[in-house]
Amino acid sequence: MIKTVISTELPVDEHLLIRKNSISSGSGKKRICIVTGTHGDELEGQYICYRIGSILQEHPECLDGTVEIYPALNPLGIDSITRGIPSFDLDMNRIFPGDPMGSMAENTAYNIIEDLKGADLVLDIHSSNIFLYEVPQVRINQLTADRLVPLARYLNLDFLWVHEAATVLEATLAYSLNALNTPTLVVEMGVGMRITMSYGDQLVGGILNLMRHLGVWTGDVPEPPAGHRTILSTKGTVEFINASASGVFIPLIRQSNEVEAGQSIGRIVDPLRGVVLQEVAVDRPGFVFTIRAYPVVYEGSLLARVYREDKA
Amino acid sequence: MKRERLFVMPSPFRDEFRIHGFRFGSGKKSLAVVGAMRGDELQQQFVCSRLVHTLQDLEERGELMPGHEVLVIPSANPFAMNIGKRFWAMDNTDINRMFPGYALGETTQRIAAALFEHLQGYEFGVQLASYYLAGDFIPHVRMMHTGYEDVELAQGFGLPYTLVRNPLPIDTTTLNYNWQIWETQAFSVYAGHTGVIDVATADDSLSAILRFMALHGIIRYRSHPGYYSQVVQEEELINVKACRAGIMYCLCKPDDIVRRHQRLASILDPYDGSVRWEVRAPADGTVFFMQTRPLVLENSMLFRLIAS
Ligand SMILES: [Zn+2]
Repeated sequence: MIKTVISTELPVDEHLLIRKNSISSGSGKKRICIVTGTHGDELEGQYICYRIGSILQEHPECLDGTVEIYPALNPLGIDSITRGIPSFDLDMNRIFPGDPMGSMAENTAYNIIEDLKGADLVLDIHSSNIFLYEVPQVRINQLTADRLVPLARYLNLDFLWVHEAATVLEATLAYSLNALNTPTLVVEMGVGMRITMSYGDQLVGGILNLMRHLGVWTGDVPEPPAGHRTILSTKGTVEFINASASGVFIPLIRQSNEVEAGQSIGRIVDPLRGVVLQEVAVDRPGFVFTIRAYPVVYEGSLLARVYREDKA
Repeated sequence: MKRERLFVMPSPFRDEFRIHGFRFGSGKKSLAVVGAMRGDELQQQFVCSRLVHTLQDLEERGELMPGHEVLVIPSANPFAMNIGKRFWAMDNTDINRMFPGYALGETTQRIAAALFEHLQGYEFGVQLASYYLAGDFIPHVRMMHTGYEDVELAQGFGLPYTLVRNPLPIDTTTLNYNWQIWETQAFSVYAGHTGVIDVATADDSLSAILRFMALHGIIRYRSHPGYYSQVVQEEELINVKACRAGIMYCLCKPDDIVRRHQRLASILDPYDGSVRWEVRAPADGTVFFMQTRPLVLENSMLFRLIAS
């Protein structure tokens, strides 16, 4: 059933509508929410919403509980290829838990939380931005790792990144919901403005697997690819590789690569002078889970993130 | 005065990115002033350019007091201003959400780190700021409540109001917040407008900074004493929101004293001109902020009032 969660009047003959598809079956009381589209330039989650919705509607007999699908928390952003909310300065994922007395955006954030809180699980799907490719991964604040890592493992993604807490991240949707005792997992995968079907299918399988674990799904669950393993970041370290020159980055590997010591992962070139400005190599072996997608770089632009099992 | 190149970064396709600073006097690091960190902070940069001009003049007359060093950085983001963008042109990140910065991090983190290195260690720091909602303010000084702030100092600018804000998570990466944490008394001076240059309010902001400098013995300067600045806690402001969307037809302006139930604006139907909503003051007060876009959405902030 399609429900309108938020309807806000716009100046000229239109409402801003945030909608969800609420699919219930059986007598189960559990509720799982799949949300995406907070950042208007991230579209990977659209495929997930479509697939999960179609699978559940084909096999209602296998569903025992409620699954709610929210494809667009920021519909005006998605429609205008705007990462944030059009004509609002702040990142929508930095204004939670919102404020019913605040501006339109803060009021929207507040009502989103009101609608999601109390769910048995919320999955917040992001797809990086237009600058970086990400392997399918779950990002978990270390404050909530004990509770969330066991759940995240069921998603069968490639990487579970338990990262440090930061004050500025306290205003994310996930942080706010977890603080309200609503377990929320953040998925990052793929790249902005594109859909990577193989990653999408992997996550759809993982969601069904997690639903089965929670007792909400009794149907088929696709097996992860042979030899698949999930790397948990807590045994090792994550290194960030940033550009030390401004130019055009040419990648020499795809994401999701195991790299060897000394291996070149790309180079930064100067198209005007026809020279290489920086050879980008890793000094120790590791797993590249993020790689630059957008070619133009400045000094400091993130080129890759590499995970290593050994503690530095 | 020394004009110094504080930061240089090559660009793949444009001229070098440069940040310039203007240093006056020598001795104790007394005051640092930052103008535009965003490309639409024209008024802010204009005030800074006037400040550089005035300090040069005072220097020639021997009216900079010995023993003080003052640094003015009119712009930290000329690249955005030159192409009419608010944020860093390449990735739309906000330099003022990157403090204290990270010299090995992302581009705007590096810019923030370089800025912060030059801005640290001053007794006083002034940022000419803008607000994340488009609109006009009564000129005021804003301080972050961090436990280190000294509200009486802010009153030395002689602007009509001193606003104290409780920081939200998102504020912890601003220059103002980090300055205070690193023991500079930090003030944000809101010069009324963003995106335009208004000479009269720019003059008020310039006078406020000069007044503050004279008060602390940094310059010799005679000006009118300014206002007895009233301290307002931000959470005490009364928000007036739009119950309907439409064309905003405004009936008041910043600094107006309004009475409870007084009509502040009408929201008109953009098709037939009928009144969708009369915006009325919920209490007696003074109009502190007024949004200036011609079209408003439902729930958007229209006014913020100081209760009287
Ligand atoms: Zn995102």
